[in-house]
Amino acid sequence: MAEPVAIRLTVNGQRYEGTCEARKLLVDFLREDLGLTGTHVGCEHGVCGACTIMVNGETARSCIMLAVQADGAELGTIEGLADNGAFHPLQQAFHENHGLQCGYCTPGMLMVALELLRLNPSPTETEIREAISAVLCRCTGYRDIVRSIAAAAEAMRQDGKGSR
Amino acid sequence: MKPAKFDYHAPATLDAAVGLLAQYKGEARLLAGGQSLLPMMNFRIVTPAALIDLNRVPALAYIRAENGMVRIGAMTRHRAVEFSPLIKERLPLLAEAIKLVAHLPIRSRGTVGGSLAHADPAAELPMVLQALEGEVAARGPKGERVVKAADLFAGMLTTSLADDEMIVEVRIPAMTSRAGFAVEEFARRRGDFAIAAIAAILEGSGERCTKARLASAGVGPASIRLAAAEALLERDGLGDAAIEAAASKAADAVSPQSDLQASAEYRRHLTRVLAGRALHRARAVLRG
Amino acid sequence: MAAPARKPFIGRPMLRREDRRLLLGDGQYVGDLVLPRMLHATFVRSPLAHARIRSVNLARAAASPGVAFVLSGIDLAKLLPPVADHQVSLPAKWRTAIRHHILNPRQALLAQDKVRHVGEAFAVIVAESRYAAEDAAALVEAEFDPLPAVVDPEAALAAGSALVHEEFGTNLIAELSAGKGDVEAALRAAPHRLERRFHHHRYAALPMECRGVVSEYDRRTQTLTTWSATQVVHWVRREVAATLGMPEAQVRCIAPDVGGGFGIKGHVYPEDLLIPFLARRLGRPVKWIEDRHEHLMCSCHSRDQIHDVAIGFDDDGRILAYRDCFLADCGAFNPIGSGATYNTIAHLLGPYRIENFAAEARIVATNKVPNAPYRGAGRPEAALATERAIDLVAGQLGVEPAELRRRNMVRPDQMPYSVGLLYRDGEPIVYDGGDYPAALDKALAAVGGLAEFRQRQSGARKEGRYLGLGLGCYTEGTGAGPFEGARVRIEASGKIYVAGGACPQGQGMETIFAQIVADLWQVEPEDVIVTLADTASIPMGFGTVASRSTVTLSAALHHASERLREKTFAIAANLLECGAQDLELRNGTVGVIGVPEIGVTLAKVAQAARPGWDHGRPPGIDAGLEESYYWEPPTVTWSYAVHAAIVEVDIGTGAVRIDRYAVAHDCGVVINPMLVEGQIIGGTVQGIGGGLFERFVYDQQGQLLTGSLMDYMAPTASDVPDIALAHVYSPSPLNPLGVKGLGEGGAIAPPVALANAVGDALAPFGAEFNTTPVLPEQVVRAARQSEQTTLSGAER
Repeated sequence: MAEPVAIRLTVNGQRYEGTCEARKLLVDFLREDLGLTGTHVGCEHGVCGACTIMVNGETARSCIMLAVQADGAELGTIEGLADNGAFHPLQQAFHENHGLQCGYCTPGMLMVALELLRLNPSPTETEIREAISAVLCRCTGYRDIVRSIAAAAEAMRQDGKGSR
Repeated sequence: MKPAKFDYHAPATLDAAVGLLAQYKGEARLLAGGQSLLPMMNFRIVTPAALIDLNRVPALAYIRAENGMVRIGAMTRHRAVEFSPLIKERLPLLAEAIKLVAHLPIRSRGTVGGSLAHADPAAELPMVLQALEGEVAARGPKGERVVKAADLFAGMLTTSLADDEMIVEVRIPAMTSRAGFAVEEFARRRGDFAIAAIAAILEGSGERCTKARLASAGVGPASIRLAAAEALLERDGLGDAAIEAAASKAADAVSPQSDLQASAEYRRHLTRVLAGRALHRARAVLRG
Repeated sequence: MAAPARKPFIGRPMLRREDRRLLLGDGQYVGDLVLPRMLHATFVRSPLAHARIRSVNLARAAASPGVAFVLSGIDLAKLLPPVADHQVSLPAKWRTAIRHHILNPRQALLAQDKVRHVGEAFAVIVAESRYAAEDAAALVEAEFDPLPAVVDPEAALAAGSALVHEEFGTNLIAELSAGKGDVEAALRAAPHRLERRFHHHRYAALPMECRGVVSEYDRRTQTLTTWSATQVVHWVRREVAATLGMPEAQVRCIAPDVGGGFGIKGHVYPEDLLIPFLARRLGRPVKWIEDRHEHLMCSCHSRDQIHDVAIGFDDDGRILAYRDCFLADCGAFNPIGSGATYNTIAHLLGPYRIENFAAEARIVATNKVPNAPYRGAGRPEAALATERAIDLVAGQLGVEPAELRRRNMVRPDQMPYSVGLLYRDGEPIVYDGGDYPAALDKALAAVGGLAEFRQRQSGARKEGRYLGLGLGCYTEGTGAGPFEGARVRIEASGKIYVAGGACPQGQGMETIFAQIVADLWQVEPEDVIVTLADTASIPMGFGTVASRSTVTLSAALHHASERLREKTFAIAANLLECGAQDLELRNGTVGVIGVPEIGVTLAKVAQAARPGWDHGRPPGIDAGLEESYYWEPPTVTWSYAVHAAIVEVDIGTGAVRIDRYAVAHDCGVVINPMLVEGQIIGGTVQGIGGGLFERFVYDQQGQLLTGSLMDYMAPTASDVPDIALAHVYSPSPLNPLGVKGLGEGGAIAPPVALANAVGDALAPFGAEFNTTPVLPEQVVRAARQSEQTTLSGAER
């Protein structure tokens, strides 16, 4: 049966409901059905990482998940990072350290960085590079993204916001 | 790059899943992690009539140790394996190899059963299953059977499972705490599939080798055990000359293909180099 | 007493105003646009490299659920002309001076008689969703008569080769040559001679955002708006207007947030014209977003040149003669004509004094994706030939490669230096300032010093480890013409509105032009509103390609502001009842010099400038407070850099690890050092990608083997090192701010620096790396071929 499926999920703490074809990719569902265009499509085969979001607290590629697989899940996207418009320390660090140029890979970079700092609040440069090797960037050459994440780690350790 | 239409099923029980698989007679695909399947569907390289989503079947994801055997449910995510203290303690070779699988966001979703069933010749898990002499439990309409690693991988992206069988559990004997082990992989970039990889486990003491297990990835249509190399080490011990000779045997045993990334000759060369390095490192671990 | 000098904004690492929306997920890229009743297009693309189209049957596709419209190239040919074939005009000065012969293959908007590369579109489907459109595309039935695929450019020139464009009778699309002195005589007379072939492979930009077009036709006003992820909105607007037979004034082209371009979004593609056509025809907005699979096989590729070089030199390694005959594989069409190829010719001499030079280029058509300029645009190919040749000369003489470069470099006391060739704009190439030897010294120092490295290298060799040092030096003409447009307007609020023809794709232009205008007008950057990439905001513009926007738009803003200031002072003088010569700009006001209390805000001046009763303008001053200026640069201004790479090579696996990498770079006056560094590092990593990882590969049937990101390997953060930067500053004399372009430079030198480094590492094996990328398998073969191999175990 290629019938539409009903999906109920939470994104950035807010409940959403939608209906779509079973084959609809999660990234398309987020962008088109929920209007959350902050997550980007870069390759649709799970390599570039621009579509990376949080699924139940773990990073995942939304271009190689079906929307229906997220039924009942709690998702986190770039739109949920700031607190009422106030930057998360990661966003602030990216801003202060030129961690983005065109911004297209940035949603994926932020999610991967967020997860890294949750798992490892004091990463070395090598560990940061390893974590962000999951997301391709063509603009920055990665140096300033690494610096941004190191700066955010420092800020978050000082604020005690490590678990955010 | 949008997938073609398919019938979608999300069975709530294992029996229902097995029943659906049989019903579609090979025209359906199981959706486990989807990290290999969805890209192929987005390219429309595969266009299954139906997807049977296993993610709603309870109790297929677990990691347990029983009677010297580590039992991993087929739907266990790579990520769970990576962070499992039990795996780190009982199957440290697997703990090392799992970190080579793609990137963490892929490991969040990809499953152990899915990787083995997909049987990519360049994937790490089939190689580890071979080296550790593991087995899978496969369930079909007629019930469950055990398939040993040596009998599981039939060829490029092909297992010996029937169209109506699915992996439900992976079983691997726990490694002895005295074993030396290493995975040596050559890939172009971090997280890529292996152009060549060798997993090695050694047991023994002094110069003697009581047990050697070597398996390959990326250098043939499927992962294989490198039996001649193993036999040589078990006969001649773990000296430098024996390791060198075993590495040569390993290179002789594989059947690499030429493709865009590497020629067969280069892959054979890598087999020798990586086997040597893996054995040296495993020996160092063994000797503590 | 003059007002205390305010610290300029130019030169400050100001944080970017673009960041907020992008970090919050509020960026608006073309793929984010949603318009009421919008339809979605997908293209049906050729599976064959070269074939006649016998028939295209769209009946099943048309009947597929959700389909609104289907069209084949055969049908479209009756409705629209092919893409105009002069996308980049060459100035008369160049045309009369340079020997050239250029054919221009016309690209149909949808292939109608033949398909000429895998990925060329021959039909389009428009449906309610992209999913539905792709379902329909799978139902298109096309019959082809395959033709032999032309894949090798040398074979393409041989008699009997299949012809990509039969109407030309040849695959030779263009021939260009230029030179100076007498290269043949100098080669004959030279004490030493070296000949080699170098091949710079095909690779490309791979922006994270693919292309995309959304178009909407408004029947009430008969205007068409098209949003395109493009670098050249005015070009697109011009071509759309011409194609649809509409006045330019009724076509608007906007580039919203663009996710990287790097050159390959820098011209008009067939989709840029087809989507507007479909929107007008269907009376509903139409959206097309390129997917990555399409992108790899239809967005332009780049590089792909084969150079046959002959060098004559003396015992000291002074280069006496340099001859280069090269082929450029332009693929099935040639959208930018001779642009990149002539760039190669113009940049071959690099930072060196070489008196006798000749370059002959042939551009060859093949059944591959068309070749268009990408970050570097012909210069990386030139750098490969020249910098490899220099290393080979050094090797032959036993001279340190850095020293050989010093002996040949133009010295700072020789600036400005006339090279003796013309640039693409027809003007004589004059290096307008710079210190190449200093850049070389800084680059070497930044990787730890040459002597220290040679010690490290020799110590490593004794341990069976192979380290190598490679250099890549280049000069780069930047800020090319023909022009750029700027508009400056002061609003009644006192805010300064500027518009320009530049089209950003992540460079931070909104920020740097706010810095520049803030200094020009002595206001805060927050009071400067910058509008770019919108044809409605300025009537004429050129766009962002060729490292030109900082140079050209800043100069246009400067001149527009100069004129506007005159008018502003005239009005302010009228309001303050003083002379205009007594006035200065300070902190958002116009005030009397030496009298801090007397002044008038820009807001008040703007209000006084309005037309109507009781305005504040003196006689003879027209209403309004706005100026436009179209700046035409005298010629390009010359940036340069030296790249130094230290690698460690694992001869067992062939892996090349970059141990250290440094760039010493000069782009004149720096507007925002943080952004400048970002551009250099980003470009350098793209160059490293081309040097070690990225390549397009075609098989003998013209099938593209690198059709996914698993095969086309862009480097990740773990594959590239941190990059050290050193700066030299030689302000440009050719524009008011003294700036030079820098967007492309980083990508020019890494492939050759890495080839040189690996060659240096494997010097004990006598290995040469004259092709790019350097692949691990090549390294292993080079090490194994030598009798000096130190691989453990007997050779097989």
